[in-house]
Amino acid sequence: MSDHYSEDDLQKEITELETKSATAARLFDIRRIIGGLFVVYGVIVMIAGFTASDADIDKAEGVNINLWTGLGMLILGLLFLLWLWLRPTPPPPAAPDEDASTS
Amino acid sequence: MHTPTYLASGLRLPTNWLDYTILGIYFLVVLGIGFAARRSVKTSLDFFLSGRSLPAWVTGLAFIAANLGATEILGMAANSAQYGVYTTHWYWIGAIPAMVFLGLVMMPFYYGSKVRSVPEFLLMRFDKAAHLLSSILFAAAAILIAGVNLYALAIVVEALLGWPQWVAIVVAGFFVLAYITLGGLSSAIYNEVLQFFVILAALIPITVLGLRSVGGWDGLTDKLTASHGDNFVTAWGGTGIGSDNPLGANWLTIVLGLGFVLSFGYWTTNFAEVQRALSAKNLSAAQRTPLIAAFPKIFIVFLVMIPGLVAAVLVPKIGTSGSDLQYNDAIPYLMQQLLPNGVLGIAVTGLLAAFMAGMAANVSSFNTVFTADIWAKYVVKGREDSYYVRFGRLITAVGVLASIGTAFLASSFSNIMAYLQTLFSFFNVPMFVVFIIGMFWKRASMKSGFWGLVAGTTAAMVNYFWIYKQGIIDIPSDQGANFVSAIAGFVAGAVVMVAVSLFTAPKPQAELQGLVYGTRSPGMAEPPAEGDDAWYRKPALLGWGAVVLAAACYIPFSF
Repeated sequence: MSDHYSEDDLQKEITELETKSATAARLFDIRRIIGGLFVVYGVIVMIAGFTASDADIDKAEGVNINLWTGLGMLILGLLFLLWLWLRPTPPPPAAPDEDASTS
Repeated sequence: MHTPTYLASGLRLPTNWLDYTILGIYFLVVLGIGFAARRSVKTSLDFFLSGRSLPAWVTGLAFIAANLGATEILGMAANSAQYGVYTTHWYWIGAIPAMVFLGLVMMPFYYGSKVRSVPEFLLMRFDKAAHLLSSILFAAAAILIAGVNLYALAIVVEALLGWPQWVAIVVAGFFVLAYITLGGLSSAIYNEVLQFFVILAALIPITVLGLRSVGGWDGLTDKLTASHGDNFVTAWGGTGIGSDNPLGANWLTIVLGLGFVLSFGYWTTNFAEVQRALSAKNLSAAQRTPLIAAFPKIFIVFLVMIPGLVAAVLVPKIGTSGSDLQYNDAIPYLMQQLLPNGVLGIAVTGLLAAFMAGMAANVSSFNTVFTADIWAKYVVKGREDSYYVRFGRLITAVGVLASIGTAFLASSFSNIMAYLQTLFSFFNVPMFVVFIIGMFWKRASMKSGFWGLVAGTTAAMVNYFWIYKQGIIDIPSDQGANFVSAIAGFVAGAVVMVAVSLFTAPKPQAELQGLVYGTRSPGMAEPPAEGDDAWYRKPALLGWGAVVLAAACYIPFSF
């Protein structure tokens, strides 16, 4: 407990870890997952809407809620995929490759 | 004696294969995110803080989703069924100002000083005593809150789906354990972003159909005014000092207790929230994290309050001995009454996802504090980085097991939200007072941090267990008592800090750079990233915009 841990030590430690960090380079883009899942959910729920029974519609206050919710989810999913297509994942910042430099 | 939180057995949902397919797909995706995020974990910074490299919209949505756990959703609907439109206070005054303050004022110090956690900031600003105490308090609180989520999940799943409680606990615990040990904070955050959208897809249909079933907003307010009185559908009606209202609070305790102390304590020093901002890729993104979260927060209140109000109309005796239904049943009841298979599956998935996200936010912040602040600084020091990644994975498993143990403590509270706010008033409020004084008053001495924490925590607990529970002063409700505990903890912490500072040595000026308002640290001078100077990315505009919007939202509910 006697050793003093100062702000400089912390800055140095974090800066060093940041250069070795792999998240920016290797982590996938979440937009793909959100888009994919919502397209799948949208289609499933819309199919439930197209095949809705009268009992289903009566239960939901006369609204074909599956159809509308499914449509909303499908559109959200497509918007995420569109966003990904228009603005693809930016390449990771060009950090010095420490594997190459240390070997 | 408190009524237990058990949901009425008549709430079993008519789920079928379609709903279970939707739920099954979600669990697969959750695990998939964990496995896919695994390859990005190379250093402890990746595991605990996503390498400080995520974009602002991801951290912003994770920031709001970490708060939008199922306890929040069911609890705020319960609040609305019990107290009416007063619930808006938890959002517009009890969240937005604090979130904006975090983004505009505090984040440069948090992010710029490169600390990995909230307790680590206290280590830099004060001393090891304050650091160790706050780390232990936070770790304990995180496990308690994770336990609340798990317990509430088990109760809800048992009532809605008929699974035995231990099955729900084991399944949810396993998935949370799996995806956090695999992908660390990145997979926790990614799952939170996903959960945010799924829970919206669940709440919007419930709100729309609920409103329709009571004749729209006008029908809702007319019926509530007739049954509960005028004040039930206003935000400030009946909150004059000394006047009687169901919340048991007046405008002063609402503004000071909830709006200032409790909410600033929760939003600005609760590491489960702040951690999301610290994982952002640069200072601008970190500042925008709580500001981006503030906009959905302003409107989410309608998605939890309206179902609660609708339930109060449809089941006039809800929460009393005249009905099987508890306040916490408001949303499950509407799901059962209104949603056909399909959307019902989405709603069940959203609720389970929200429980898991609420638990995961606490587990992922617990493992960071336990590893980086307690283990690496006081127990096993100076090992190689990969050791701490392995230890972080191990302690995640320990944390999940421990939260199963704490789950049952939650059972003695009738309103889950009130229980959580009691915990916050014990743990977050003292942290907040130490922070705010340490950040704005250079003279606050090294020793004052520790004693401020001790005094604040003690005062909040004394107020709750002795003054409120023993009836020394009559406070009508748990929530009202929480507001008072928060104010008591804040004042006691502040007084003790000032007193201790006057008699002990201040920290040398040179060691305060970048930690106290008015100073700068070398790390804060980074140039803005390309594109961050666009007008819609200016933190000041986003922040003040959110405050103005929240204030404007009060207008229709104030007259």
